[in-house]
Amino acid sequence: MRSLTVTEAGPLSTVQDRGRPGWAHLGVPRSGALDRPAADLANRLVGNDGSAAVLETTLGGISLTPSEPVTVAVTGAECAVTIGGSAVGYAEPVRVPAGATLRVGPATRGVRSYVGVAGGITVEPVLGSRSTDTLAQVGPPRLRDGDVLPLGDPVGAPAGVDVASARPFPRPALLRLHPGPRADWFDAPSLATLTGTSYAVSRESNRVGLRLEGPAMTRSREGELPSEGLVLGAVQVPPSGQPLVFLHDHPTTGGYPVVAVVDPDDLWLCAQLRPGELVRFSRR
Amino acid sequence: MWLTVLMDIRRVGRDSVLVAVPDAATALAVFEECRRRGTDVADVVPAAETVLFDGVRDLEALVHDLPSWDLRPASRTGELVEVPTTYDGGDLDDVAALWETTTDEVVATHTGTEFVVAFCGFAPGFPYCTGLPDRLAVPRLDSPRAKVPAGAVGLAGPFTGIYPSTSPGGWRLIGRTDLRLWEPDRDPPATLVPGTRVRFVVA
Repeated sequence: MRSLTVTEAGPLSTVQDRGRPGWAHLGVPRSGALDRPAADLANRLVGNDGSAAVLETTLGGISLTPSEPVTVAVTGAECAVTIGGSAVGYAEPVRVPAGATLRVGPATRGVRSYVGVAGGITVEPVLGSRSTDTLAQVGPPRLRDGDVLPLGDPVGAPAGVDVASARPFPRPALLRLHPGPRADWFDAPSLATLTGTSYAVSRESNRVGLRLEGPAMTRSREGELPSEGLVLGAVQVPPSGQPLVFLHDHPTTGGYPVVAVVDPDDLWLCAQLRPGELVRFSRR
Repeated sequence: MWLTVLMDIRRVGRDSVLVAVPDAATALAVFEECRRRGTDVADVVPAAETVLFDGVRDLEALVHDLPSWDLRPASRTGELVEVPTTYDGGDLDDVAALWETTTDEVVATHTGTEFVVAFCGFAPGFPYCTGLPDRLAVPRLDSPRAKVPAGAVGLAGPFTGIYPSTSPGGWRLIGRTDLRLWEPDRDPPATLVPGTRVRFVVA
């Protein structure tokens, strides 16, 4: 069996694909790669179908050793990539010899790098997905040193390097909002503050949500909201008044009002914002 | 009942809507009607007073059609599941006090009620069971427990819930069950899916 040994797992590395939508009515989060365009690119570069599972790292990188020669591509957060200690390209298909170590270095810009492997990571799917859900603990556990991951058979030829164009990482990040469904729970000055000032990314951010720090939003009404269904990108405002953007491991329901929803095209940015970096919201 | 009388439809992001309904039973009826119709939507999430349609292929058509949905009463014909329960929860005395009755009467009322799973949330397979009258609603704990064991049976608001796995939690615990609520390898993975009828029986 072709396999990949995790020689150094890094602070938080997981298997991710496009997640498991369709189970929210049973309380199961969607999960899936936080930076979907980067995961898709990693798959394209190594000739995989977009549904193949990749590896997602968090700030610290990962080291991997294949049992057989494999083609890989590293995308997402920018980082140094080496094979057997020699520098190779980022965001391009590269060949890793059997027994050699692929080192994905710490992120130098952004947070989450993606490692696509020809044939995909073929751990056992749970509810139709190989994604690790860090909130509900569905899917494979987070990677540990020494894990051996099965690989599928390569299906397509690796792409030419010219398909990968660099993405801008605008700073501050601009996230476009669709107002509602509960914008009416907030007073006008708070809504103006949300789109008129910058928020800083909190250290508490994770795969569940991008937590922000800045001017507190105040409600225009008292009382509790009965729990209601949450969508990806929902900007929820808990009693602290500090907004948070729900990412792929978000709970399926929540009891605090959602003032707006981040446009799906901007969600990848949320995956790549580091603690302390600034975010601005605009009305879409 | 026609859904038109309860119309409060809010856009959520690019391709989702949140529909307000009077209660969890109506939310369940909307969920079941959606499944009967085969509406093309990624996720439908019933909750206490809303139904979320998330990832709708044709949003305009859904918003146009919703008012004409003819809702049958939430099914009382779902599968009946018995939940063997040991009534020794840490908050049983407090619930008796809130209900202004004895713990024996709490157990008698709870085992004498036929519940329906209105929706799931909080954790995979966590059922929100309706059936108790509103006057028996109880507030959540002021400070949640850091660790509630799997199988704990609790009350919050008008709902009875069962923790499928160990987690923090603020429900008032009245008992525990050995019934497994969540097995991802099974189809469906949850034992108590929306629409399931539930009876708690003394273990």
